Order: sequence, then structure tokens, then C-alpha cells
Amino acid sequence: MLPAWIIVIGVFIGAMIWTFVISMTNSRLIPIYKFNFFDQYVRLMGNDGWLVSVGNLVVFGVLFIAICLVLGFLMAIMMDQKIRGESLFRTIFLYPYAMSFVVTGLVWQWVLNPTFGIQATVRGWGFDTFVFDWIVRPDRAIFVLVLAAVWQGSGLVMAILLAGLRGVDEDLWKATKVDGIAKWRVYTSIVLPIIAPMAATATVLLSVAVVKAYDLVVALTGGGPGNATEVPAKFVMENLFERQNVALANAGAIMMLAAVVIVATPIYYARRSMAQKAAG
Amino acid sequence: MAQRQEKNIARFGVYAFLVIMAAFFLMPLYVMVATSLKTMDEVRGSSIFAFPLRPTLEAWATAWNSACTGLTCAGVSVGFFNSLKIMIPSTFLSIMLGAVTGYALSFWRPKGAGVIFAVLVVAAFIPYQVFIYPLVRVLSQVGLYNSLGGIIMVHVIFGLPIMVLMFRNYYAGLPRDLFSAARVDGGGFWDIFFRLMLPLSPPIMIVAVILQSTHIWNDFLFGLVFAGSDNRPMTVLLNNIVNTTQGEKAYNVDMAATILTALVPLVIYLASGRWFVRGIAAGAVKG
Amino acid sequence: MTAVSIKDLEIQFGSVKVLQNLNLDIASGEFIVLLGSSGCGKSTLLNSIAGLIDVHGGKILIGDKDMTHAEPKDRGIGMVFQSYALYPQTTVEGNLTFGLRMAKLPKDEIERRVARVSDMLQIKPYLKRRPAALSGGQRQRVAIGRALVRDADVYLFDEPLSNLDAKLRAELRVELKTLHEDIGKTMIYVTHDQVEAMTLATRIAVMQNGVIQQLASPEEIYNRPANLFVADFIGSPAMNFLSGTLGAVGERVEFRLKDGHVLDVSAYPFAKRPSAPMEAILGIRPEHLAISPREGLLPLDMAVNVIETMGADTVIWGTCGAEKISVRVNSELKLNPPRGSMLKLGFSLGSASLFSAADGLRL
Repeated sequence: MLPAWIIVIGVFIGAMIWTFVISMTNSRLIPIYKFNFFDQYVRLMGNDGWLVSVGNLVVFGVLFIAICLVLGFLMAIMMDQKIRGESLFRTIFLYPYAMSFVVTGLVWQWVLNPTFGIQATVRGWGFDTFVFDWIVRPDRAIFVLVLAAVWQGSGLVMAILLAGLRGVDEDLWKATKVDGIAKWRVYTSIVLPIIAPMAATATVLLSVAVVKAYDLVVALTGGGPGNATEVPAKFVMENLFERQNVALANAGAIMMLAAVVIVATPIYYARRSMAQKAAG
Repeated sequence: MAQRQEKNIARFGVYAFLVIMAAFFLMPLYVMVATSLKTMDEVRGSSIFAFPLRPTLEAWATAWNSACTGLTCAGVSVGFFNSLKIMIPSTFLSIMLGAVTGYALSFWRPKGAGVIFAVLVVAAFIPYQVFIYPLVRVLSQVGLYNSLGGIIMVHVIFGLPIMVLMFRNYYAGLPRDLFSAARVDGGGFWDIFFRLMLPLSPPIMIVAVILQSTHIWNDFLFGLVFAGSDNRPMTVLLNNIVNTTQGEKAYNVDMAATILTALVPLVIYLASGRWFVRGIAAGAVKG
Repeated sequence: MTAVSIKDLEIQFGSVKVLQNLNLDIASGEFIVLLGSSGCGKSTLLNSIAGLIDVHGGKILIGDKDMTHAEPKDRGIGMVFQSYALYPQTTVEGNLTFGLRMAKLPKDEIERRVARVSDMLQIKPYLKRRPAALSGGQRQRVAIGRALVRDADVYLFDEPLSNLDAKLRAELRVELKTLHEDIGKTMIYVTHDQVEAMTLATRIAVMQNGVIQQLASPEEIYNRPANLFVADFIGSPAMNFLSGTLGAVGERVEFRLKDGHVLDVSAYPFAKRPSAPMEAILGIRPEHLAISPREGLLPLDMAVNVIETMGADTVIWGTCGAEKISVRVNSELKLNPPRGSMLKLGFSLGSASLFSAADGLRL
């Protein structure tokens, strides 16, 4: 138990406190314990780079999670129709999840390359005016990030929700048939509430991935064009290691932590109350 | 009969949807492989979707031993071996630590077990950025920063939450009477662990190995920060090769390097099949 | 009028034929119990009547209409499931009305039906609760209610009491019987519990390997089992079986037991008097063996082995020749024969059964 204690107290709790303490100073490269309390947070709120990255993250996160859930649910439903080749489809839908964000980012960077990728190919088919250059357009690049992330993560949602669907009582399906309830109706009004805890789990996992988003951005767009795809995790890393703004970076990290808490806590409680309701 | 027809249309819709989705998921993989098998001339001259006319492994060879990152031109092979050197001990150590801790938590229930467990569960969700700076300071104090030992340690630390969670849940599912019987028979902490629990653990061990090895292989952030220039893992090297090329970009080499980097987790995934799904499920139950 | 008629039904899962050439006619208002151990095809048969699985051959008629390929909702059936299968996200009332609302019934009609059914099943107090907040017995009552509000002609029950504890099961069994007598609708009920079958059914269909072994009233099934399987399946402790040889000796028919003992079975109501000697099996229920043989009973000897006291009854286990037999007596008799002692038993041919050893059929 000793190593676990050391890691739990020394690393997780200790480091968190240390990071918080430093965020209250104005350390640049090495820690200086002269406290100015929440100055860094005020600075952060006035920092354009930070604000832009937070805005990007919100757009990215909302779209990514929503699309993943809808697509994952659809795929899970389709997979649940006693289809042939289920394991083949499962393998195909899930393999991107085994790939690193770096690989994901680089592949999509290539596929979406305006000079060689999809745009060039479709133009080659004769559609000369076809435009699909989101990756180099500041107002669209964030959607490229969403696209690649959905490609990587929606299989995971599918797998989680499919496991949920498989757990639905066979007799319940029979009952709905005897009652003459249309299939889509069963999925939306009966099955969806049953697998809501699974959907909540998936949402938490996706949200954590959103807040942590770093590798994918670095590999796919490098935060650009301009700062169109900058994200908080990248902002923190740059201020830690390149700009020597340690205190500001740590304030950003604490804000990221707060974001996770704010997103995950209500979902956690909702999930628990759902589970309690189901259990009586 | 009309119903039959309706059913057939519905089934066709299901398969159409699945096939289209499958195409979306497979497309990047195909493009990646196809591009890596072309020469640069062919890449420039054809669509990314075009089948390579004269498949060649030249780009693969270049990617493996002579692709450049900045001034060094040694390919991704260096990163491959670095990643192996990081992955194998990290996976082994984090699993062992997770297994022992999970075993202790679920059977011996030491004082404060609840606290440890709660902190670990929460820690699994915390952005790594919160921990990075203090870790860098501490590791450089003890001389482990930018070393193989340092990066392994970091992986073990951050693998602990999920590993403990998995093993604790697994052991909690075993009958407690088994443990009681072993206690009555006079087994101590390590006796029971090595002679009783470990032999019962292969199912969860397999899942843990799959999960940890792919996680660690795919890691970028820790490798970037803690590994140092001598131990850069493959992902970091790959990103450097592709995103910092000076002069003309060799897309075929880039894609070959990308496949090479994706290969290990891909092989683990394909070989493990359903176990991988179980690993995800085990990871998903947390919280 | 037949309520349900099944003709030459054939069902297969993959290449395995689960049911083949199955025929069953159920009269309106009957309570038919499909009885058998798991895997005998009874649930498959029920599900095919409900339209929940595909039929590969034959016909299913409900109320004289061909329903072989009709949708479940169009068959005029209500169904109750072992796992209750209540819709978890809605209240008891929601469960009762969901199907009716889907069928676009007028509001006052729905209210009328819910009121009637919830009165009948005494579930009014928890109409506003969710299924999760109910006990097992209450949940199954709601599930029965959900079937009843459909106002169907035929009600199907798939092991509805199996998930309940013994006491509740007995309670609901009585309620179901009362319910059947009150509404007089046709009911088809699947179970593996012979007590349920014996108490509820107007007729029982005993099934094995996808074949109906016997379709008859509970009394008939108990007293005159059609074959060895039915004889063995029904009754607890099981029927005693003694093997021997059956042969005609002049006017008389004799049954020679393995140990050489000869019984005169001329008075047995043979379907067909055996002419040539044949291997046969004599079946006698434990409670049909008398401890103090009177005049006119056929004698048997038994070596006592173990005595089991079961409250009202006592079961004495022992052997007759080399074969294990049991005798069930009233506990009031306070019998306690020592182990190894010999008991003189007697039985009447009227309560015994003879089966052919070759095909197991009743003689």
C-alpha cells in the first residue's frame, strides 16, 4: 500500500496543491513564492490567447460530444439489428480508437490537404469549383478538429452504448411488440432512458478527452491557421515550456481542472440518481 | 407480403448505413497505406484515393532509417525502439502496482482505503497539465528528468488510477470466501497475492496489458515533456518528422512513418479483438 | 369455437428444427398449460403464437383467423413475461396505457379500462409509482394488468411466477385462477412447475423435445399418463417403476417381476390385451401403495431404507427386489419401521399403470 499512498498523497494531491500555490504567485521560470493571489487568473481572463482557446474548446467540445453521441447511438442501434458481419463492423468502427491522436491528426491533415487531398480529388473528377479547404481556413479549421476527433472517438461511444443495448431485457422487446409500439419509438422512449447511464459515462469520457485535447491539435493543425484551433491545454504547455510564464500556465491548468469538475460533477450525480431510480 | 417488403427495405437501410460508416472509418487508413506505397511523383500526379500503380516500399525504408527531424536523419526506427524501451517496463510495473493495490484495497481494506480509492478515481479525470510542472521540478531535483527512468515513472504514476480501478473491480467480483479460506489456511499478504490472486488474474491481466500498452505507446504529452532527447518515443519523433520538415515535404514518407507508428497498437487491437472492447468497458465503468 | 388452433407448426433456429408437425387445438375459455423442462420447446411454441418468432411451416389460427405471419399487436393477444418486462421509465399507469395510447384509443376508453383492471388486480394504490419502487409480486400484477387492458381474446403467460418466492407464487397462482374464472378468456400458460400446471390448467400439454407427449386434463395426466415420460415427469416423489415381463396365461394376464414375484394383472384396463409375452414396466404412485394390504390388493414386498418426514406426509424409501421405490403415507399413522425391516405393501390395479418397455407407451 505504501507506493499507492505515496503516489496518491505525494503526486496527485501534492502536485495539485503545488500547482495551485504557484498559480497564486508570479513565477516566470522558477517558482518564486511571493503571493499575489488571483492576479494570474485576472491576467488569464484578459489574455486573448487564453480566451480564444477557451472559445475554441467550447465549440469543439460541444460539436464533438454531440456528434459522437448521435452517431455512436445510431451505429449501436444499427449494430443491434442482428446483422451479419457484426464483429467485422465492430472492428472497423473501433480501430481508430486504438490509434494515437498524433497518428489521427497526421492522417487527417493529409486527407484534408487542399492541394492533394479530398478537394483536389473531387476537382479532378471535373467539379472544378469544389472547395473543401477547411484546414487552412481560420473560420472552419475547428470543424476539421471535430471531424478527426469524431472519427477517432465515435466507435467508442458505439461500443459502450451497444453493450447497454445488449443488456436490455429480451422480454421487454417482446412486450413492446405485443403492445404494438413502433421500433423507433421503443428506442427513443424506452431504451434510451435505460441506457442513459451508459450515455452519461460516454459523455464523461468524451468531456475529459475534450479538456485534455492537445496531441490531436498539435499534430493536425498546430493550433492554426492563426490561432483558430488553439486550445487551453496547448496554451498551458506553451506558457510552461516556451514562454516561461509558469504561474500563468498553472493558473490555466487549474482552470482546466475546474472545467472538468464543473462538467463531470453534475453528470456523475445525474448518473447516480438514475442508477438509484432504476434500482428502486 | 407488403410487410415483408417493408422489412427488406429497412434491412437494406441498416446495411447501407453501416457500409457508408465503414467506408468513412476505413478511408483514412486506405489513403495512408496507398500514399505510403507511392513514389513522390505518383503522389503529386494522382488522387490520394488512387490505387498505387507501382507499389514500392521505398518510402517505408526511408521513413524507417533516414527520415529527418531537424538535423538528425535516422528515421522513426529510433523512436520505435525508444517506445519499446518505455512501453515494456511501464506496462509491467503499472500493472503489478495496480494489481497489488487493487488486491489490497478489495480484500485487506486497510485504513483509508476509501480515501485512496476516491482520490484515484478522481485523479483519472484530472487534466495532466495540473501535474506537469511540479513533476518536472521534482524529477529534475532527483536527476530523473529527461531520462528513461523518469518517463517510465511518470507512466506508472498516471497509469495507477485506471489499473487500480480495474483490478479492484475484478477482485471485488471474486468470492470473498476464497480470501477468507486462504486466511484461515494461514496465508499472508504476499502468499495470498502470489499463490491465489495472480493465478486467478489472467483475464483482467490481458485486458490491462492491452489497455496500458496501447495507452503508453500512443502517449505524446509525457514523451514530449519527460523523455528527453535521447528517449523520444515514436509519436513525438513522428510529429517532429511530419510537422517540422524543412523544404519539400515527402508525403509518402510521412504516411509511411505514420503507419509504422500506428502499427503496434493496431496489431495489438486486431490480435486482441473482443478483449479490447472489454478493456474499454472496464475503463468505462469508472465513476 | 376454437380460440387457438395450431396446424403442422414447424420452427427452426438455424438448421435445428425445434418444433415439427405440431398440432394443438385450444377451445375458447380454456386454460392450457404447456408443461416441460427447459429446452422442451414450450416457450418457442408460446412465442410463435404471440408472433415473436418466425414460423417456417404450418399455420396458427387465432379466433379462426389465419395469424401465422401477423404482427403481434394485430393478433388480439396479451402477454405476461417471466421478467415482468415493465417499461422502467414510466409509472404503473404509464405501463398500462402505453400500448393503448400507441393504438390511438380514445382517452375515456383508456381511463375506463385502466380503472377496471386496476380494480381487478388491486394495483390502484400504486398507479403513480414507477416499477422500480414495487415488489416482485406487485410488478407481476402490473404486468398482468398491462396484458389485461389490451382486452385481448387470448392471454399468453411465459413462466410468469418463476421469479417470485414460494409464498408469493402460491398467492398469485390462486389469483390467476380466480382471474380466469372471472373473465373466462382463453389462457395459454408456460411453466416448468407441475404444481402450477396441476392447479391452474383445464388441460395440460406435457412437452418434451418439441413434441406434445400428452394433452389432457390434470386428473387424466396424473392418473393415466400416456407414456413413461409423462408418468415420470409428473408427481413428487416420482412414480415407482418396476420392470418385468407381461404374458398371457390362459384367461389370465400375469406380470412377472425381476425377482420372480408374479402378479395377476388380468383386471387392468388394457387398451389392447397383450398376446405374446413382452417386457413391460409397472408404474405405481407412492401414495397408491397401501401399508396394510387389504383383500383384493396386489401384494409387494419392500425393504425399508430411509424415512423422510415432510409434515402432513411421510415418505418411506426402500427397495423392491433390486428397484428403488417409495411409499407415501399420512404422518398421522406415526410409522417408524426400522431400517432393513420388510414391509408388506398392496396396491389396486385401478390406480396403477402399465407401459411397454419397448416404446414407453401406456398399455
